[in-house]
Amino acid sequence: MSYRIGVLSVQGDFAEHVVAINDLDEADAAPVKTKKAIATCDALIIPGGESTTIGKLCERFGLDEAISKLHFAGKPIWGTCAGLILLAKDIVDSQQWRLGYMDIEIKRNAFGRQVDSFETDLAIKGIEGGQARAVLIRAPCVTKVEDNVEVLATFRDKIVMVRQDHLLGTTFHPELTEDRRVQQYFLDMVKATENRTGSD
Amino acid sequence: MAETSTWRNKVGLGEMLRGGVIMDVTNAEQAKIAEDAGAVSVMALERVPADIRAEGGVARMADLTIIEEIMDTVTIPVMAKARIGHFAEAQVLQAIGVDFIDESEVLTPADEQFHIDKHPFDVPFVCGCTNLAEALRRIGEGAAMIRTKGEAGSGNIVEATRHMRNVMTGIKRLAGLRDDELMTEAKNIGAPYELVKEVAHSGGLPVPNFSAGGIATPADAALMMQLGAESVFVGSGIFKAEDPQARALAIVHATTYYEDPVEVAKACRGLEGAAMPGIDVRTLEDSERLATRGW
Repeated sequence: MSYRIGVLSVQGDFAEHVVAINDLDEADAAPVKTKKAIATCDALIIPGGESTTIGKLCERFGLDEAISKLHFAGKPIWGTCAGLILLAKDIVDSQQWRLGYMDIEIKRNAFGRQVDSFETDLAIKGIEGGQARAVLIRAPCVTKVEDNVEVLATFRDKIVMVRQDHLLGTTFHPELTEDRRVQQYFLDMVKATENRTGSD
Repeated sequence: MAETSTWRNKVGLGEMLRGGVIMDVTNAEQAKIAEDAGAVSVMALERVPADIRAEGGVARMADLTIIEEIMDTVTIPVMAKARIGHFAEAQVLQAIGVDFIDESEVLTPADEQFHIDKHPFDVPFVCGCTNLAEALRRIGEGAAMIRTKGEAGSGNIVEATRHMRNVMTGIKRLAGLRDDELMTEAKNIGAPYELVKEVAHSGGLPVPNFSAGGIATPADAALMMQLGAESVFVGSGIFKAEDPQARALAIVHATTYYEDPVEVAKACRGLEGAAMPGIDVRTLEDSERLATRGW
């Protein structure tokens, strides 16, 4: 069987996520930007982009309702960069709209402006081989986590990957490299959820 | 080891801006309106293209005070324009930390032969084009994003559609050629062979392809997105309209749901104030056309 993974496509690099997920067996990714399309997903990815823009569009077009249904049903949600900012409960110095599902505090543009954007080899807990190339673009970092949040990767003492139950967050962009191990990690989360709930 | 400002970092920022609206602003207050309406980025300028056109004179890089005020006001990326070939203006813009530089035909060119060599810069560049070959020349020089030139400040979409169709038709043409035809094609159109080959094989540009130059209404934005633009720049179209706030919201709405006419109609209906006044570009002399700048 194949799992339907929606990539929120109101704004951002959703196309790269769709291509990356579709490289995996057993996954069927599609861009979604309506309540109806979101509701049909087994899991959701909130891509990189501008968190203020994506947040405003979710609020304005009532998409948060459909997303929160997925969340409360325990369907996996993965936020990359802007997507993770929207998943965070607290955002340093910002009142911007958010989904706020994860018990973390996040700081926007934590590494500087665009000229400070970088890539690096990153040690990641839980993926095969343990290390991957990470691309960070005007990236945030996680500044606080509650006990229920597992830290999966750090770069120079800054947290860049976290997991809380069915929620996954990366401040880097696995969709911009050829490596598909983080996507596989997420797909394994989706499979585990489906097995637990026994749905088809 | 961290490696800063790689090609992936530069192109990646453009990819993050997909499906969005980049708005021209001339002060912090406008920048805030743009951000609140859902703009993915703002272009910091001294004068919007319509005013540059009306007032004439030499149009240069904006006053740094204005750009820095805008950078301090919004959290979205801030772009700024440098004159074609004016690498010193670009160096200054990089030094103050702008997130993207537009080497733009809207400003008066500083060099009528050469564009900026954009590779050595850490900051990514966007450049205008009127067709595929011009796009590939700019990418060859290091542009990490391409946009149509259109005819800035005209409020008339006709040139942007012409340029976007030129680019898309050019891509389709290359994709249909055999490998042994590509070198001659590169020579004939005046584009770098390696990029011609890449486009022929991938069927798309290697960098994001946005649209600019004449977008004034939600339907204009939807038109450009359906023709293949991945995002739109709106210059004079917002702050030269009667109700900039409503227009900004409406253009964001139409860009997000560009393929759904019911949503685009909702975006159009919300608008009470008039769009910016437009110009029939056929009445413009060649010397008044901004799109002819760049080589």
